[in-house]
Amino acid sequence: MQPFTYERAASLEAAVAAVAARPGARFIAGGTNLLDLMKFQIETPAHLVDIRHLPLRAIEDLPDGGLRIGALATNTEVAAHPRVKREYGVLARAIVAGATGQLRNKATTAGNLLQRNRCPYFYETSLPCNKRQPGSGCSALGGVTRSLAVVGTSPHCIAQNPGDMAVGLRVLDAAVETIRPDGSQRRIAIGDFHRLPGDRPEIEHPLEPGELVTAVTLPRPPGGTHHYHKVRDRASYAFAIVSVAVVLQKDGTGRVAFGGVAPRPWRVEDAEALLPDGPAAVVKTAFQGATPTVENAFKIPLAERALALALSEGRA
Amino acid sequence: MSLPLSHEISRREVVTAAAVGVAAAGLPPAVGGQAAGSSGSLPLSLTVNGEHRRLDLDTRVTLLDALREHLHLTGTKKGCDHGHCGACTVLVNGVRINACLSLAAMHDGDEVTTIEGFGRPDRLHPMQAAFIAHDAFQCGYCTPGQICSAVAVLAEIEAGVPSHATGDLAAPMTLSSGELRERMSGNICRCGAYSNIADAVVDVAGRP
Ligand SMILES: Cc1cc2nc3c(=O)[nH]c(=O)nc-3n(C[C@H](O)[C@H](O)[C@H](O)COP(=O)(O)OP(=O)(O)OC[C@H]3O[C@@H](n4cnc5c(N)ncnc54)[C@H](O)[C@@H]3O)c2cc1C
Ligand code: SF4
Ligand code: FES
Ligand code: FES
Repeated sequence: MQPFTYERAASLEAAVAAVAARPGARFIAGGTNLLDLMKFQIETPAHLVDIRHLPLRAIEDLPDGGLRIGALATNTEVAAHPRVKREYGVLARAIVAGATGQLRNKATTAGNLLQRNRCPYFYETSLPCNKRQPGSGCSALGGVTRSLAVVGTSPHCIAQNPGDMAVGLRVLDAAVETIRPDGSQRRIAIGDFHRLPGDRPEIEHPLEPGELVTAVTLPRPPGGTHHYHKVRDRASYAFAIVSVAVVLQKDGTGRVAFGGVAPRPWRVEDAEALLPDGPAAVVKTAFQGATPTVENAFKIPLAERALALALSEGRA
Repeated sequence: MSLPLSHEISRREVVTAAAVGVAAAGLPPAVGGQAAGSSGSLPLSLTVNGEHRRLDLDTRVTLLDALREHLHLTGTKKGCDHGHCGACTVLVNGVRINACLSLAAMHDGDEVTTIEGFGRPDRLHPMQAAFIAHDAFQCGYCTPGQICSAVAVLAEIEAGVPSHATGDLAAPMTLSSGELRERMSGNICRCGAYSNIADAVVDVAGRP
C-alpha cells in the first residue's frame, strides 16, 4: 500500500469537508473493496476518512410505507432485517448471493453500491486499462472476455458491474440519498447511479468529490413473489456470470433486472412489459443492441434460462 | 505498450536491496503493511481476548498484521491477504470478519476475539474439542479461521440472518447441511477436510 493518513470523521459535515478539501482523500466504510484495491496499488488515496462511526446505520420505516436503509447498515443487517426478509425478499436474496458471511458482516450498503469492477485487466497493473489509467486503452478488447459485459458497453470499456445487491435494488426502484460538500442533499434514482462507460469509463457514478451517500430508500413494497437467481462458476462465493432479479405478480406481470451482463444493473422497462409472453421475449428486447464477444455471447441465452427458472419458481 | 526503463531498474534495485536485507537480518522482507517511510502512525487501543492492548502503528497495518506481527498472536493465519480464503477470520465485537481487509486503525476501541481467546489446550472451547474429536483438519492452517467462523455461524442462525441456502426467508433459520456448507463457504480448506469440519459443527450445534 502507498502511505496515507487516516482520520475518523466526527460528524457528517466534517467527513464531507475532509474529503472535499483534500485531493486524493477518500471515504472508507467496510474497506473490503477499497483496501483490496489499495494493496494492489490500483487505488492510492493519500488520506482516508473513516465514516463508520457516523450515525448512518439505522434501517427505518418511512411514512409512505417504504424503508430507509442507512448507508452504513451492513449487508448482513439489511438481509436480516424483518421487513427486508418479509417485504423486500429480492433484496435479501440478492445480498446473500454475494461474497461470504464474513465479508457481508463488514460490507456496507453504500460501499457495496460503489464497489469497483472485476475485469481481470483492471487488476493487472502492468497492462493498459481506461478505468485505471484514463486514455491508456482497453486491454480486454481482443483479450479474455468471458466474464465481461455484453450490453451497455462502449469501445472504451466492456467491464460489467459485479454487484448483486444493486440488481435487487434496481427492481425495487430504490433511490440513493446523498449530502454534498456545500451541505445540500439530493436523491439519485438507482437507475441513474451507475454510469455507462461511453468515452469516460473512469467516471462510474454521478457523485461529486466529497459527496457522501447517506442512505438508500425503498418505496412501498411491490408485493408479488421475489426471486434472485445467480449463475456462477461455483455454487457459492463467486461473482455472477449472469444473475436475474424478478418481482412477479399473480397476473404474470412483473419487474426484471439482470446482473453480470452490463456496466449497471440491466433493467429495460419495455422488455419486462413482455413478461406475460415468456422469457424469450423479455430477453430479446432487454438485450437489443448487445455487442457480445465470441467468448461471452453465451450470457444472453444463459440470461433467458436464468429468467425461465425464476419464473417457474414464481408460478410453482 | 512497453514499460518505462526507469521503472524496471528501480524494481530490480528494490529486489536486490530487499535480498541483501534478508540475508543480513535472516528475516523475511517486510510485507506491504509494515514498510517504513509512512506518512503517519497512529496510537490505538484494542481489547484482544479480554486484554487491553495499546499499539502505535503505521496507518497501513491491517488488523491481521497487528494481531500477528505486533501482538504476536499467530493463531490467526494469513492465506491470501485479499478476502478470498477466510484463514484470517476473527470476531470483532462478536461478529466474524476477515482481518486482512480491515485496517488496525479502524478498530480503535473494538473488542477482538482470536482463536487464542476461544480456549487453550487445557480448556478447549467446545468447537475446538469437536474439531479434534472429528478429525476436522489435516495441516491445520485454515483451522483457526474455520473455528471462528463456525462459532459465528451458529450465532448468525440464532439471530435470523438468512443465507443463499435459506428456503423460506420468514421461517426460523435452521442448520441443514446445505445451510452449513453455504454459510461456511468463506473458509477455504486446501486439505479438503470439509466433511469432517461439517460433522464437527453439526455436533456442537446439536447440543442443548
Ligand atoms: C473475495 C470477495 C468476494 C466478493 N464477492 C462478491 C459478490 O459475489 N457479489 C457482490 O456483490 N460483491 C462481492 N464482493 C464485493 C463486496 O460486496 C464489496 O467489497 C463490499 O460491498 C464493499 O463495501 P464496503 O463497505 O467494504 O466498501 P469500501 O471498500 O469501504 O468502499 C468502497 C468504495 O465506496 C466508497 N464509499 C463507501 N461508503 C461511502 C459513502 N457512504 N459515500 C460515498 N462513498 C462511499 C469508498 O470511498 C470506496 O471507493 C466481494 C468482495 C470480496 C473481497
Ligand atoms: S474492460 Fe474496462 S476495466 Fe477492463 S481493461 Fe477495458 S477499460 Fe479496463
Ligand atoms: S487472509 Fe484474509 S481472507 Fe485470506
Ligand atoms: S486443514 Fe489444511 S487447509 Fe484446511
